[in-house]
This record gives sequence, C-alpha cells and structure tokens, in this order.
Amino acid sequence: MSTLTPIDPLLKIYSDTESIRLSSGTPLADRVVTDIFAYTEKLAKQVVLREDTVQCSWKDKIDKIVISRVFGYPLMLLLLGTVFWLTIAGANVPSEMIASVLFAFQDVLTQWFQLAQAPAWLHGVLVLGMYRTLAWVTAVMLPPMAIFFPLFTILEDLGYLPRVAFNLDNMFKKAHACGKQCLTMCMGFGCNAAGIVSARIIDSPRERLIAILTNNFVPCNGRFPTLIAITSIFMTSALAFSQSLLAAGMITLLVLLGVAVTFAVSWTLSKTILKGEPSSLVLELPPYRRPKFGAVFYRSLIDRTIFVLRRALVVAAPAGGLTWILANVYIGDVSVIAYIASVLDPLAKAIGLDGFILMAFILGLPANEIVIPILLMSYLATGQLTEFGSLFELKKVLLANGWTWLTAFNTMLFALLHWPCATTLLSMYKETGSKRWTFMGFIIPTALAFTVCFIIAQTAYLLGLA
Amino acid sequence: MELKIGDRSNALKDHGRVMREHFGIRTTGEQYVIALAGNPNVGKSTVFNALTGLHQHTGNWPGKTVDNAQGTYTYRNKSFLLVDLPGTYSLLAHSVEEEIARDFICFGHPDATIVVLDATSLERNLNLALQVMEISSKVIVCVNLIDEARKKKLSINFIELQKELGVPIVPTAARNGEGLQELQNAVYTMAVEKKKTRPKQVVYSEEVERAICTLLPKLEKLDLARVVNPKWLALRLLDSDISFIETIGRYAATQNQKIVAMPQQGSKITL
Repeated sequence: MSTLTPIDPLLKIYSDTESIRLSSGTPLADRVVTDIFAYTEKLAKQVVLREDTVQCSWKDKIDKIVISRVFGYPLMLLLLGTVFWLTIAGANVPSEMIASVLFAFQDVLTQWFQLAQAPAWLHGVLVLGMYRTLAWVTAVMLPPMAIFFPLFTILEDLGYLPRVAFNLDNMFKKAHACGKQCLTMCMGFGCNAAGIVSARIIDSPRERLIAILTNNFVPCNGRFPTLIAITSIFMTSALAFSQSLLAAGMITLLVLLGVAVTFAVSWTLSKTILKGEPSSLVLELPPYRRPKFGAVFYRSLIDRTIFVLRRALVVAAPAGGLTWILANVYIGDVSVIAYIASVLDPLAKAIGLDGFILMAFILGLPANEIVIPILLMSYLATGQLTEFGSLFELKKVLLANGWTWLTAFNTMLFALLHWPCATTLLSMYKETGSKRWTFMGFIIPTALAFTVCFIIAQTAYLLGLA
Repeated sequence: MELKIGDRSNALKDHGRVMREHFGIRTTGEQYVIALAGNPNVGKSTVFNALTGLHQHTGNWPGKTVDNAQGTYTYRNKSFLLVDLPGTYSLLAHSVEEEIARDFICFGHPDATIVVLDATSLERNLNLALQVMEISSKVIVCVNLIDEARKKKLSINFIELQKELGVPIVPTAARNGEGLQELQNAVYTMAVEKKKTRPKQVVYSEEVERAICTLLPKLEKLDLARVVNPKWLALRLLDSDISFIETIGRYAATQNQKIVAMPQQGSKITL
C-alpha cells in the first residue's frame, strides 16, 4: 500500500524505458507508427474493392494544372481577376437601382417631416445624416458583396483554397512564415477579424503572430466597396466592357500589392522582432467537391453578406448622424467638419489625400465600410451639390472637391494599407492577449500607409504629374 | 476494507464530470457526452451539423474547426451532447489539435466516441480509428462520404470491416442525411444501453510487442488501468511522449485526491 501519487513510479518507469528505446536499431516510436500504417494498409486492402481507378483520375489531371509550376500562378491571377470583374461589372446596375429607389424614398421621408412640421435639425440628423448614410452604404456595399461572397464561397467549397495555399507555400517559406498563413489571408478577404481568429490553425506562436499582424494587408469586404467604388468612378464613365475589365485589373493589381506587402512585412518581422525558421507545413489537398447550392447560398448571403451589411449599417447610422451634426455646427463661420478637415489638411496633402479623406478614414475606424459614405456626406454638406441621381454623379462630387488621379490612387492605397478597423483590433487583442502586439498591429500598417502614400505623392508632385 | 467497486466507479463518474468541465463542457443532468473525432476534411462538421441542426461553419479546407464546438440533440427522449473535436490525423500529439482530441477521448470519459472516416481514403483514415480504439472501447466508426465513394466506384465491405474492427460501423453520407438515423441508433445503443464492444487491437511487430510485454507488468502494479489502457500507456512510454506521461500523472493525482476526499466511515483506501 502506498499513498504516493503514481506520478513518480511512472516517471521512473519512463526513465527505465530509455534503455529499451535506445536498444533497438530503428527508433521504437517510428516502428509503432510504421506498424499502424502496415496494419491499416492490410485492413483497407481487405475491405475496399476498387472497381475502376481510371474514373476518378480527371481530378488528378486538374490538379496537375492547378498546382503546376507553370500554370498555377497565372490561373490564380485569372480566377482572382475574373471574380473581381464579375463583381464590378455585375454590381453597377443593381447599385444604381438600389440608389435610385432609396434616394427617391428620401424625398418621401422629407415630405413626411415637412407635413409633421418637424424641426429642421431633426430632419437633418435623421434623414440627411442617418438615412442618407444608410442608403449609401446599402447601395455601395450590398451588390458587390452579394456577388463577391457567393463566388468566393464557391471557390472555398470546390476545394480551391488549399491549392492556393499549396502554390503560395514556397513564397511564405521564403518570407519565413507558415504556409497556412495563406488560408488566414484568404479568410481575411471576407473579414480581417475572421482572418485573425482563423490564425489559430497555425501552431507556431511566432508564425501565428506574423499572420495576425499582416492579415490587414488583404482588403476585407468592408474595404472592397471603397476600392471598387473609386475604381469604377474614376475608370468607368460608362458601362463599357473594356472599362470594367480595366477596373477589375486595377483591383487585382491592388490585391497583389497587398499580398506583396504581406510577404515583405512577414519577412521583415521574422528577420527582426519575430526571428525564427519557418516550420514545415503538412497540407492535405482535399478532393474537389461540387459545392452544394443551398449551403453556398446560405453561407454567402446570410452568414456573410447580411451579417456584414448589418454590422456596417449599425455603425453607419450613428456615424452618419454625427457627421451631419459636425457639418452643421458652426464655429464662427466654419463648420466643425471643415475645421477638423483644415487641421488635417497639411498632413493629408503631404500624402496625396485631403483633410476630408483623412478624417473619413479616422471616423471609419469602427468599420471601414462607412469611409466613402462619410466622405461624401462631408463633401456634400459643405459643397454646393446637395442632390444627385446616380452613382456616376459621385465623380462630379469628387472632381468638384479637387480630386485628381493621384487623390484616387492614394486613397485606394491608403484604404488598402491603413490601420485595421476596431473589430479587427479587438480580435487581435483577444487572440494575442497583449496590448503591445495589438499596438504593433495598429502601428505597422499605419506607418506603412503614410510612408507609401507620402513617397508616391511627393514623387508625383516633384515630377509635376499631379 | 477495500473500497467497493461501485464507489470507485462513482468517483470515476464524478471525475469525468470534473474533467468535462475542464474541457469547457457542461452537461445538464441526464445527458450523454458524445465525442466526434476524425481526420480533417472528412465532413465531421457536416455530421455535427446534421445531428445537432446547428450551423457550425463548414468549408472545404482542413483545419477550419479551431474550437471545440458543442451541440445537443435528442433521440428517443434521451439528450446527447455532441462535442466536435478538432480534426487530426493521429493522436500522437504532434500538435495542439491532437493533444486536445487525445486528452478529451482519454480523460473526458465520453459515453461514446464517433470516429468519422472518409470512405474514399479509408486506408489513411483507419489510422485514427485504430488509435482511438486503443484508448477507448466505446467507439463507433462512421464511414462518411459513401456517396463520393460510390461515385468513385469504390465498394466497401462494411460487414467485413465491422468484424475486423470489432466496433459498430455506420456508413453515412451526412450531406444528404443518409445513415444518420443508424448513427443515432448506434450511439443510443452504446451510450444508453451500454452495449459492450470488443475492439480489435493493432498487432505490432515482434520488437514492439516484446517491449510492451516487459513494460506491462510494471505498469499494472501502478493500478492505472481504470485511468488509461495499460497497453496504450506502454506504447506512449515507447514513444517517449513525456508530455503525456506528465498529463497522466497529473490526472491520476487529482483522481486520487478525489477518492481520498470522500472516504466512507472506517474504510481504508488501497491505492
């Protein structure tokens, strides 16, 4: 009888086993695994009858192309470009339709307020502030998301994502990061916060941190509308095929730039504050499976589109109201918004933006979706244009406020590179449990966005291009 | 006086509850805990969703289930708590996922463990099933994706497989709801009716079996049989899996405290 806990005798036996482990030629641990494999092989042979092996080989043939050295990258680019093109080309018409319906309803609302003899400020905050922002967010965001998400979900369900990870594994290895980071990056296209949570699949803490800190460099669906809106406005004056192709090319380039920045930052991090060797990745390429229509529909439209839209609307309503108040409260003869913009203007001009754009990005911290609506709100509230019928007239608004190609380009760059939204920062804090790393997650993109935009703007100014 | 068997199993039951709570699992009264294990990307989450009616995210890429998802379902007026373990290829604990899955099957005392296999690559998938069967005898093997196997013109002799493994085999195509009724039935039989199985064990090569034989008598002296299958423990010793040895020690220690903490009047505890 003993009252000892068995831990000590067990550890003693453990050290006794050392001699057994060492006595054999091949390590016994390996033998154990080999034996299990041999056993399962025998078992599988016994119970599985393969009638025809030629039948399923077309999938292998597809894989020869999809993950080949020659066609792998071009095919990825082509798919990425196609998804963006379908999104841009398809979103224009419904966007305009939604906009015209919602803005027509704004007039109805205004009439009701007049009938009820509501005070002008109430009408301003509720209709011109909140409602109009909600209308913009819906018109600008809903159609691209309703196209992009199903396409993305189909690729996910087909089993294409792990192939992308396979293709990019080598690149990540060169950046001293984990190949699984590719999957977290892909999730980031949907939502950076989700991308950061999905970084849990990476075992090494060092590589997980790298994945978390760089996830922000792929544009999430909150920023896609910003990019798509600006490209469509500046590159497509009509619904011409070639124009939308150009816009899709532009977005693809921007995304590639984001991926390139991901590699560059990952590499820099693993050479400086997160030193280490990349761990190897065992990735199973799942079979191609035909996506289930119902599942794709449910997940892309309910789980993703509606979820994201609701989140955007929840943030957009108060932000719209606040913006309207800021634009209509005057200090002396300057509205608060114009005052803030003028304070930010010198800094913003140095990086090729203007004060209003920078302010919209700052106010957009809760959710990136509202950057463009806030920007338009503040332009419209202070400018001469107060009404417009179609999204193409947005271009007039922007041009009237002194936008050039440089403003458009740098706004897109800034949107791609700048600080993560509040939700993403919160996820970073939850996942890392560290204020320091969350701060790094904020400061790295911020510094990068300012630096890149500054260099481009100054070069353009210097060469007299803008 | 020796502690009665009944008391011991009570303590064990109580301990199972503590461990389940350790895994973040709370059962309400009469609820059976069912673990769901399987390789990544075999449709484990689909089986989970089909049984529980939840919308746990499914996607065609390995590793997307990062948390232990839990859901409940009712079958023949009994409530079952289904725990979706992370997808793993083995239980040899080379990663966090494997450790979570292994510890839960080993110490969480699920009333049954469903191992989901991909019918189209049985050979590789059987690996995990055999490893789970080394730990627990309450194993149900669910051969999923039989619709795909049919498409690939694979035919599987399930009767033979069941005979070879010695545990219930249920073929399913969870996406279409095929075989789920049978799966629920098998779970019921095992968890509620406590029907025993006779899982066949892997036969290792002579060298390994000999090493096991030298270790077994020593391990049996430690009286850990109620905690963990001695043969499996011997294998882990041969693996030089020190982290697991420590876990066992910790677990056994807490369990002893548990038993010591509620001795009956005048009873002597033999450990």
